[in-house]
Amino acid sequence: MPILQPLGHTFLLFLEATGRIVMFTSTAVSHCFRPPIYPRLIIRQMIEIGYYSLPVVGLTAIFTGMVLALQSYTGFARFSAESAIPNVVVVSITRELGPVLAGLMVAGRVGAAMAAEIGTMRVTEQIDALDTLATNPFKYLVAPRLIAGLTMLPLLVLIADIIGVFGGYVVSSYKLGFNPATYLKNTIDFVEPQDVISGLVKAGVFGFLVTLMGCYHGYNSRGGAQGVGAATTNAVVSASILILCFNYFITELFFAR
Amino acid sequence: MTTNRQANGQDEAVPKIRIRGLHKSFGDKVVLDGLDLDIGAGHSVVVIGGSGSGKSVLLKCILGLLTPEAGSIEVDGENVVGMSNRDIERVRRKFGMLFQNAALFDSLPVWENVAFGLIQGVRMERGAAKAIAIEKLAAVGLGPEVGELSPAELSGGMRKRVGLARAIATEPEIIFFDEPTTGLDPIMGDVINDLIVKCVRGLGATALSITHDMASVRKIADRVGLLYEGKIIWDGQVGDIDTSGNPYVDQFIHGRAEGPIAMQIRAL
Repeated sequence: MPILQPLGHTFLLFLEATGRIVMFTSTAVSHCFRPPIYPRLIIRQMIEIGYYSLPVVGLTAIFTGMVLALQSYTGFARFSAESAIPNVVVVSITRELGPVLAGLMVAGRVGAAMAAEIGTMRVTEQIDALDTLATNPFKYLVAPRLIAGLTMLPLLVLIADIIGVFGGYVVSSYKLGFNPATYLKNTIDFVEPQDVISGLVKAGVFGFLVTLMGCYHGYNSRGGAQGVGAATTNAVVSASILILCFNYFITELFFAR
Repeated sequence: MTTNRQANGQDEAVPKIRIRGLHKSFGDKVVLDGLDLDIGAGHSVVVIGGSGSGKSVLLKCILGLLTPEAGSIEVDGENVVGMSNRDIERVRRKFGMLFQNAALFDSLPVWENVAFGLIQGVRMERGAAKAIAIEKLAAVGLGPEVGELSPAELSGGMRKRVGLARAIATEPEIIFFDEPTTGLDPIMGDVINDLIVKCVRGLGATALSITHDMASVRKIADRVGLLYEGKIIWDGQVGDIDTSGNPYVDQFIHGRAEGPIAMQIRAL
């Protein structure tokens, strides 16, 4: 069966990769809870992931909020439903666009850098060197990054939410002729805690996924510069796809009735 | 050597490292095929062999970085094959290793590289560890100002020296050298060889080196083993290599293309 053979082969490869990722994840997570913990490294990664991603995430959020107000205005004006714009902006940003876009931007910025750094450490034997110096690479390299990703992305998204809503507010009040006070009041009246909380939960999951993929592909990279390049690409692509997949399932968990 | 052995208080019958029947393959390619090797305490053994003959794989198996399919590796009588992670970490504290390209951590300054095993492994306080790091840098002929540099700013010879300082910083019982002179000019190679001899003697450590540089072999080895097709096919005192009468050894030490060792020129 020459048609089924490649199909089966691909499926087996997929299962193998999934198994490897699950084992990597369980080892990595178990090392997050067992001493020694490296606070210095966790803080360094938090600064790298959280603080240095602020400009990128902030710019993404403000333009998204602005364009969202503009687009929904052109749509809603046809039904004379312009007053719904503050609600549309705040719900879209907090539930979906804030976490997803921040996750994707961080995947491009941080996930790629992690895969490249850890991948280079692998091919230059620095990871073997860690082992010979009685330091577990999972504890030293992977755990601090996972912890930082899991905690920093929700904070980033919280800031992105505020900036995104502000973007919509600016466009609505200065370009579309909304009353600024009414716009803000509508926004605050309409937003539910669950909108924001679901977005922050997503952000935590996305942060974990981005750093996990960066570490996994870097840790398992092989074969010099080309291998590191492939690891970097795979880290970004797999993290982005996982973000979009998990986004759907978390949304269903929170909002499906 | 006898004095070294007595100084270490080891029974001659129990080698520091005893390897029996070691098998390791990657896919279809058999790299180690029933390798046996004994390394006595305080001895310096050098394993020679062509590129791709599995010398690095041997070191990585002993360190537990690779898991062999069969065979045993005893370090001080403990079999490390199939050992739990916790025990492997404990056994690894006996080891120091100089990597081929030094494998310095480029995110850390030189002194922190040297002190790494002390700060992370032994949990020493950073100030005290830095003092020891500077002392170890001096032992390999580098001044304290080098300690503040980043590894990217060092030349090849300096990187090797820093790697050596890092390998000896925790005063390990066993030190591995992975091609210590590869990529260095002959003079710097000799400087590194001298430093290796000095450091190993100074610590009374057991050393296992892999190389294909014969000048290095003659300088640092007590005993030499030739690795070919996954086995140690000749093993003897360094003084005997020129008169071994073994055609494989003769071909290797004289670097002849013709002989019983057929180099794999084409890929499989």
